[in-house]
Amino acid sequence: MKGKRAGYWLVLPYVVFLLVFMAYPVLFSVWLTFHDWNIVSPDIPFVGLENYERLLNDDLFFKALWNTLRFILINIPLQIGLALILAVALNQPLKGRGFFRGAYFLPVVTSGVVISFLWAWMLSTDDGLINGLLQKAGLHPVPWLTSETWAIPSIAWVAAWKNLGYYVVIFLAGLQSIPKQLYEAARIDGATPLQCFFRITIPMLNPAMLLVVILSTINGFQLFTEPYIMTGGGPANSSLSVVMYIYKNAFQSLDMGYAATIGLVLALIILSVSMIQKRLLEKDVTY
Amino acid sequence: MGRKIGDMIKKGCLYTVLVAGAVMFVFPFYWMVLASLKTPEEVFRLDLIPSRVTLDSYRYMFERIPVWKGLYNSFVFAGSVTLITLIFTSMAGYALARLKFRGRDMLFSIMLLTMMIPFQLLMIPLYIIVVKLHWMNSFAGLILPVSVNALGVFIFRQFFLTVPQELIDAARIDGAGEWRILFQIMMPISKPAVVTVAILTFMGPWNDLLWPLLVMRDQQLMPLAQMATLFGLEGQGGQWGSIMAVNTMLALPVIALYLFFQRYFIESVGSSGMKG
Repeated sequence: MKGKRAGYWLVLPYVVFLLVFMAYPVLFSVWLTFHDWNIVSPDIPFVGLENYERLLNDDLFFKALWNTLRFILINIPLQIGLALILAVALNQPLKGRGFFRGAYFLPVVTSGVVISFLWAWMLSTDDGLINGLLQKAGLHPVPWLTSETWAIPSIAWVAAWKNLGYYVVIFLAGLQSIPKQLYEAARIDGATPLQCFFRITIPMLNPAMLLVVILSTINGFQLFTEPYIMTGGGPANSSLSVVMYIYKNAFQSLDMGYAATIGLVLALIILSVSMIQKRLLEKDVTY
Repeated sequence: MGRKIGDMIKKGCLYTVLVAGAVMFVFPFYWMVLASLKTPEEVFRLDLIPSRVTLDSYRYMFERIPVWKGLYNSFVFAGSVTLITLIFTSMAGYALARLKFRGRDMLFSIMLLTMMIPFQLLMIPLYIIVVKLHWMNSFAGLILPVSVNALGVFIFRQFFLTVPQELIDAARIDGAGEWRILFQIMMPISKPAVVTVAILTFMGPWNDLLWPLLVMRDQQLMPLAQMATLFGLEGQGGQWGSIMAVNTMLALPVIALYLFFQRYFIESVGSSGMKG
């Protein structure tokens, strides 16, 4: 039939892209993890599991992984807490909702490069706006980006600030899908607004929560631009992210096999974490 | 009476929260543009209004990096990726939604699977492919590997599923082929899908740093995001004014687009799980 042939032709370009720039790279990646290659040398020796062994004994990799986890663990509650407050406020019948929603969304569309430089400047220890304000209030300046304690929390705040508007929109959609009758029934039964919030709003928002947690975890593991620009991974590698570490191994040490190994492990971590989260959170969803 | 006062307090609290939120999100942008217009001596002062406005920071920036070239490269990069994506994903989306052929359902499942592959797994082999094809420092190397994504196919497929079959049948009876049906009937009535895919796709390469960092070494070919990053990291020795100037140049086009198409931006990004 004519329609059949047309179908093949229509998907052909997409399938070619898929094979050349997706399927082949994935297989190539796996193959690379068993080899040692600096991309220049003509021979590519097979090294078996050496790259994996090296990974297990690589303190810097685990440091980068730990930094990334810390980032995620600070970033997620910040995002959920603040986005929830703003979404609940926006969900009330008020004037200027469109304006507020639009304003909150501004950082979402702005480049991570812009936001990283902007906040690197505002958070700089000696002449930044934030420390300037702290000093005006009679407080001590904080080494936001230059201390091992504060580098990751600061980056987690900046990333939360950038994406908050996006999560506000997700929560807002979730809030608007909650049936009004639930609140009316609860009010007749004498529930206080706070009870309504914790017994109705929060449970009914579970699907939105799930989406936010999964998206911010996946985004978190892919952290690169913010630490690359704001701290360069420092001080003392305290804000080195896994992706930065891949970048360093591949493009500064030309250690392609090892970099591919970290990339594969990272991909597996992302996949399994998001699958576990899905399982765990789906259990709580009740209607 | 008591209830009314309660309502007013409640309204007051709500507006306080909302305004505080708006200030938190908008003020840094004001601060950025302001810094780019201040004199170097005043960049670090906390005054909300500078005593003197100067374009010195912009002049310094233009002396050091080819900003217009960077903007042009960014437009070529983001524009080409968007165009290729729009054409190829709408074709695949139409075939997956409305045509029957062997392997269709399997292709759809594979497509959903590819959405879960993080770019960090692909970046090293993609870089090697680009090197082997002698595509380093070329727009082909920058554009092609990141064009066409599963999200586009998915959005188009969902939209095309809602088009009434009678419309397609009528066109077929009139002798139109599948290509004409797609580009002359389906696409023109699918503006929301086209706008959604276009916005989502355009923002990715415009704002991307990692991939250009791998492919482009020649400053004349770099997108502005990469140019700005290298400029900023090269230690401008406290030249925060000029870093904020290049930041402003990088942010302005997307923010202008955003203010113009605000509703579409929020809906498109909100409805589809954007990639960071």
